[in-house]
Amino acid sequence: MAFEYAPAPESRAIVDLKSSYGLFIGGDFVDGSGHAFKSVSPATEEVLAEIAEATANDVDTAVAAARRAYTRTWSKTSGAERSKYLFRIARIIQERSRELAVLESLDNGKPIRESRDVDIPLVAAYFFYYAGWADKLEYALPHRRGATTTPRPLGVAGQIIPWNFPLLMLAWKIAPALAAGNTVVLKPAETTSLTALLFAEICQQADLPAGVVNIITGAGETGRALVGHPDVDKVAFTGSTEVGKAIGRTVAGTRKSVTLELGGKAANIVFDDAPIDQAVEGIVNGIFFNQGHVCCAGSRLLVQESVYDDVLARLKRRMATLRVGDPLDKNTDVGAINSSEQLARIRELSAVGEAEGAERWSPPCELPDRGFWFAPTIFTGVSQAHRIAREEIFGPVLSILTFRTPAEAVEKANNTPFGLSAGVWTDKGSRILWMANQLRAGVVWANTFNRFDPTSPFGGYKESGYGREGGRHGLEAYLAE
Amino acid sequence: MPSDTRLDVRKTYKLYIGGKFPRSESGRSYVVNDSRGRFLANAAAASRKDARDAVVAARKAFPGWSGATAYNRGQVLYRVAEVMEGRRDQFADEVVAGEGLTRARAGRSVDQAIDRLVWYAGWTDKIAQVVGATNPVAGPYFDFSIPEPTGVVAVLAPQQSSLLGLVSVVAPVVAGGNTAVVTSSRDRPLPAISFAEVLATSDVPGGVVNILTGSVGDTAPWLASHMDVNAIDLTGVAGDDEHATALEVAAVDNLKRVRRAPDAEPDWTLDPGLSRITSFLETKTVWHPIGV
Repeated sequence: MAFEYAPAPESRAIVDLKSSYGLFIGGDFVDGSGHAFKSVSPATEEVLAEIAEATANDVDTAVAAARRAYTRTWSKTSGAERSKYLFRIARIIQERSRELAVLESLDNGKPIRESRDVDIPLVAAYFFYYAGWADKLEYALPHRRGATTTPRPLGVAGQIIPWNFPLLMLAWKIAPALAAGNTVVLKPAETTSLTALLFAEICQQADLPAGVVNIITGAGETGRALVGHPDVDKVAFTGSTEVGKAIGRTVAGTRKSVTLELGGKAANIVFDDAPIDQAVEGIVNGIFFNQGHVCCAGSRLLVQESVYDDVLARLKRRMATLRVGDPLDKNTDVGAINSSEQLARIRELSAVGEAEGAERWSPPCELPDRGFWFAPTIFTGVSQAHRIAREEIFGPVLSILTFRTPAEAVEKANNTPFGLSAGVWTDKGSRILWMANQLRAGVVWANTFNRFDPTSPFGGYKESGYGREGGRHGLEAYLAE
Repeated sequence: MPSDTRLDVRKTYKLYIGGKFPRSESGRSYVVNDSRGRFLANAAAASRKDARDAVVAARKAFPGWSGATAYNRGQVLYRVAEVMEGRRDQFADEVVAGEGLTRARAGRSVDQAIDRLVWYAGWTDKIAQVVGATNPVAGPYFDFSIPEPTGVVAVLAPQQSSLLGLVSVVAPVVAGGNTAVVTSSRDRPLPAISFAEVLATSDVPGGVVNILTGSVGDTAPWLASHMDVNAIDLTGVAGDDEHATALEVAAVDNLKRVRRAPDAEPDWTLDPGLSRITSFLETKTVWHPIGV
């Protein structure tokens, strides 16, 4: 039975889009020297705005602005004052949260329900949390010797963020960097620059000193120029493992400190004693939240054999109720794929899944004619050798495997070069803690999935990168010993 | 020959891999001289294959060592200090010969090495309380973060300080629950092999620490690019930027955690702080709902 829903679109009137955007350097918007590019709405392919491209020269100007602000202003601003700037920013984000949520959904394609209820509230929370650290840095490194002096910032941070949680990733990067006393040059992903540029306006509203935050837009070339710039002291990157490795090679032999938050292929493990309906909700949240564009997505489902049929039947039933469509519709569960390139990759790997012998299933699902769309999809009969069990798809595609014993679940879960996250569903407390011990992953969600909080350190083992974001640990990445 | 003289029985210095003392599979050895250039011994020149064997041994030992209780690891490391103390004179002799120190200074260096082991032994069951956390998340969840060992760590021990420096880089790695493949000082390898003998008789499970003697250039590139090594400490190539950079690039293949080479070998007599432990720890965060 299909439920009919009346459309419930969120108004875009709250967003005041300009036809073109420059770079935010030294407190002002300036023209870029490169070829401007278009940012499109992935749900409609409508052009939203033209975005300036920062060339190596522009990157140089931005880094110089950040250095000047660091030397002349920010490093002389007391922790208490830095703290108040960050609180101000947090408050303005809350005040303008509806506008930010609509713009995020428009530019990224994620459902308004998620940008409104998850992304933007977390953005404000990260700024609020790190604001409070700025004047307490002497307590931030408990293992540091001679704690009579305050830990020092690193200087200028070059930060590169992905397109899956544009403003949230900006918050993860900028909030701790500024709290610790660094200045930043941040490059958003080329398909999702708009909320970062709106954030630049928020910095102006907050009277943040010029040059403390610089936003440069562009693609890989711009990012390479930033990472390789000799006056950058710290590189922070969230994105693919491939690009993370390129960054690692670029900074080798320098004194730049680096944190990398990269890909994942998380196991979401369901034992036979788990509350199955809750687990099914967790599976759906784990892989279909944000269209599966989540580095910590639960993209490998491991189900204990004895409940496999039951879990699969209930999962299919639940998937049939997912509403795919207009990101600005408040009823939408799954929005648009962020770009045509990403859609092509998801299609390619799904085709490989079928070719390698796994069985593909999607619920009956009408997709809009325009825009980039992919129906929620599961693969059964997946073996550990299949590419869809090994490679990050970064889309709404779930590979399902089975296991018999806890030891087999651990072995399969850890059989990956990644190690970002994992999920465990069971009613047995001792088993949860045993599994949490055994899983080589930086975040373990037990009887829940995809939870984030500014107080909670997040980051990977192995090829999922190094360093932590969030919590006291997240500050360490921006402080000298 | 007068009856009151006796020909001493010399020791054959070999590698230490998986709790055993093999010669290099390459069959190669090299001459070790004292600080004045007089012959001391032929040491084993470890090869690429030896390095790989050592990684296999370290990986095999990892589940047991990382899974042991912190209390147990602390006791084992303290036991290492106890056994070293009993061989204090032998270590002092080797440090005098290799580093050219006076007997008194060499003795102090050995004492500091032993005391450093005791210091790290005490950290095994405290580090989690210092760097771990419970996180007050905004929701009905219990959320905590704990440090866990990174895995198999390649340790390029310093070239100058052959015992205190060696202990100062190895102890923090294994105190954190990692297993180690260590390349010793090339020119002063004898204390490293005597240290291996201490490890072998101190309840340290075989494979937890593996020691390779020889030129760092013969083994370090293979350790840096090895896909089953999780981290590397480049202290042993301090001051050699070109070599250090090449190793750092190789380490990117599987995103090893890299502790970069310092510009010059550190002063090992200073208080080491915790960074040599925390460099080789991961942070794991666990969430669980709270409810009735």
